[in-house]
Amino acid sequence: MSEFFVIFGILLFSTIRLATPLIFAALGGLFSERAGVINIALEGLMLAGAFTAAVVTYETSNPYVGLLAGMAAGALVAFIFAIAVIKFEADQVVTGFAISMLMLGLPAVISSRLYDASGATQPIDKAFLLPEIVNGLPWISILAFLLAPAAWYVLYKTPFGLRLRAVGENPSAADSAGVDVYKLRYTAVIISGILAAAGGAYLSIGQGSFFTKGMSAGRGYIALAALILAKWKPIPVLLACLFFGFTESLAIQVQGASWAKIGGEDIPVQFIQIIPYVLTIIVLAGFIGLSRAPKALGIPYKKGN
Amino acid sequence: MNIFREILWPVVAVIAAFIVGGLIVTAIGDNPFATYYHMVGNSFGSLNDIGYTLFIATPLIFTGLAVAVAFRCGLLNIGAEGQLYVAAFATAWVGIKLGGVIGKVALEDGRIVDQDWSWANLPALLLVPLCVLAAILAGALWGAIPGILKAKFGSHEVINTIMLNFIAVALVSYFTQYFYKIPGDPIMQTVQIGEAAHIPRISQYIPGMPDFVPLSVAFLLAILMCFAVYFFLWKTKWGYELRAVGENPSAAEYGGISPKKQIVIAMTISGGLAGMVAIGEVLGYRYRYYDGFSDGWGYLGIAVALLGRNHPLGIFIAAIFFAVLKRGEIFVDIETRFVSKDLVEVLQAIIIIFVASLQRYTRR
Repeated sequence: MSEFFVIFGILLFSTIRLATPLIFAALGGLFSERAGVINIALEGLMLAGAFTAAVVTYETSNPYVGLLAGMAAGALVAFIFAIAVIKFEADQVVTGFAISMLMLGLPAVISSRLYDASGATQPIDKAFLLPEIVNGLPWISILAFLLAPAAWYVLYKTPFGLRLRAVGENPSAADSAGVDVYKLRYTAVIISGILAAAGGAYLSIGQGSFFTKGMSAGRGYIALAALILAKWKPIPVLLACLFFGFTESLAIQVQGASWAKIGGEDIPVQFIQIIPYVLTIIVLAGFIGLSRAPKALGIPYKKGN
Repeated sequence: MNIFREILWPVVAVIAAFIVGGLIVTAIGDNPFATYYHMVGNSFGSLNDIGYTLFIATPLIFTGLAVAVAFRCGLLNIGAEGQLYVAAFATAWVGIKLGGVIGKVALEDGRIVDQDWSWANLPALLLVPLCVLAAILAGALWGAIPGILKAKFGSHEVINTIMLNFIAVALVSYFTQYFYKIPGDPIMQTVQIGEAAHIPRISQYIPGMPDFVPLSVAFLLAILMCFAVYFFLWKTKWGYELRAVGENPSAAEYGGISPKKQIVIAMTISGGLAGMVAIGEVLGYRYRYYDGFSDGWGYLGIAVALLGRNHPLGIFIAAIFFAVLKRGEIFVDIETRFVSKDLVEVLQAIIIIFVASLQRYTRR
C-alpha cells in the first residue's frame, strides 16, 4: 500500500510540473483565439520565452529578471506575428507555423554566437533557478493554477473580456459598437505571447537549467490541442492541461516500472503518448459534446466590409 | 495569367528575407555576402554538389506538390510529415516482408541467431512496384483520415493533421521498437530491406558522379509527378472540380460538385504524394526505416508550395531553391566565424512570413 502512495505522489507532482508550461501556453492561446486569431505560433512563443529567460538568468543570476525578459521576448515575437496576420492579413496558420520555425533557428544562431555551443545555452546554477515550494513542486505552478480563474474573470467579468469575445465572434458588430477591433486583436495576441513565453521560461529556468534548440518539443501544439479539447473555456483549459500533463507523466513513469504491466508485458510507452492526440481528434469530430470555435476565428478583419 | 506578377512577389519575398537575414549576420559580427556565398556557392560546382542538391530537392518536390494539391482544394495539409513517416515504415515493411530478409532475433535464453524475417523473396520486378505502392497507399490512407474527418464532421484539418503527425511518429516508432529492430541495436531503425527492393542511383548512369551520392531515380519520379499533378489539376474534370471547391465551395456545390467528396479526394492525393518521399528515402538511400529520418520535409513542403505559388513548375523551382539553402548549411557552419547552420532555418521562416504577408497583393 505504501508503494501505491509513493507512486501516487510521484505521479501527482510530475503531472503538475509537466502541466505547468501547457497551462500558461494554452491560456495564452485562449486570449488570442477568443479574439479571433488562430495561434499556431504558441510553440515559437514558448521557445522565445525559454531562450531569453535562460540567457538573461545565466547573465544576471536572477530568475525573476530572466522570467520577465522571457515574457518581454514573447510579447515582441507575438507583436511581429500580430503585424503579419492583422495588418497584412497573412494566413494565420501558415504565419504562426513560420514563427515557430523562426524560433527554432534564431535562438540557435544567437546562442552559437554567444556561447560557441550548438544551439544550447550555458547551464545555470541550481541556486538561481525558479524556486520550489517543496522539492519537485515549483511556485510558478501555483501561479499557473491561479491564472485559469483569473483568465475566466478577465474574459467573462470585465468590459475588456466582453469586447475581446465580441471581436472573436462578430468583429463588424463589435466595430459598430465602437470597439477598436485591430487594437483588441493586437492586445490579445501580445497577451498570448507573454503567457506562452512564461510557460516556455519555466522549461529552461525551472524544470531544466539551460536552453536547447527546440526544447519545447511540440508543447505549443499540445497546448493548442488542450485549448480545443477545453472548447475555448478557461477552467476546462486548466483541466485539459492537467490531463495532458498526467498522460505525459504516466508515459515517463511506466518505462521499465514493475507496476506498469498488463499480463506480464510492458505497456508500450507510445500507446500512452498518443492518448491526448487521439482524444483531441475525437473531441474535434464532435463525439463528446459539440465543440464550437469562436465564429470569426482565422478570418482577418477588414474595416468597412 | 500574368506570369510577371506570379514571379515578382515570391522573388520580392526572398530578397526581403535575405536582407533581414543579412542584418542578423551583420549583427552577430560576420560578413553577410561571404556568408551567403558559402550558403549558395556549393550547390552546383561539381557533379557531386549537383547530385546532393537534387537529392535534397527530391522529398521537397513531393511534399511541395502534396501541400499544393490540398491548397488548391482550400485545405492546409500540415500532415505531410506524418504521412511520409507512415509511408516510409510501410515501404520498409514490404521491403522486409517480401524481400527475403535474413535478420538476427533474440531467443528466450538470450542467444541471438539468424532467422528468416520475411514471408517471401520476390524479384525486383515485383518487389519494387509493391514497395512503391505501399509508400503511396500508406501516405494516401494517412492523408485521407483528416479529409474524411473534415467531410463528415467538419473538424478542422489543420488540428487533425498536427495530431496525426504525433500519432504517426509514435505508432511507427512502436512497431520499429517492438517488432522490426535488430535486437541490441541502439539505433531506432528496422532491419535492412531486401536487396531486390533497392532502386538505382543516378550515379550509375552519369560518369564522374561519385557512387556515394544518394541521388536516385526517385528524383526522376518527382519530375514526372510535377507533370502528372499539372495534368491532373488543369487538364482533367476531377482536377477542375477539386479547384472549383478550393475557389468557392458554395458555388461549386451549386454547380453540382460535392465539396465533401473533393475534400476527401484532395487529402488522399496529397497524402499519396507526401508518401512518395519514402521511395527515394527507403528504396534509394537508407534501405531501411530510420526513426527521425525526415528533416522536417513535410513542414518545409508548406514553404515550397507557398513560394512556388501552388503550381508544379513553381514548386520544382522552389524545391531546388530550398535544397540549395539546405545544402549550404554545413558550409555556413564551417566557413564562417560566428554564423551557425541554423541561419538557413531562420531564412526559411522569414521567407514564409513575407510570402504569406504579401499574398493579398498578389490576388489583385
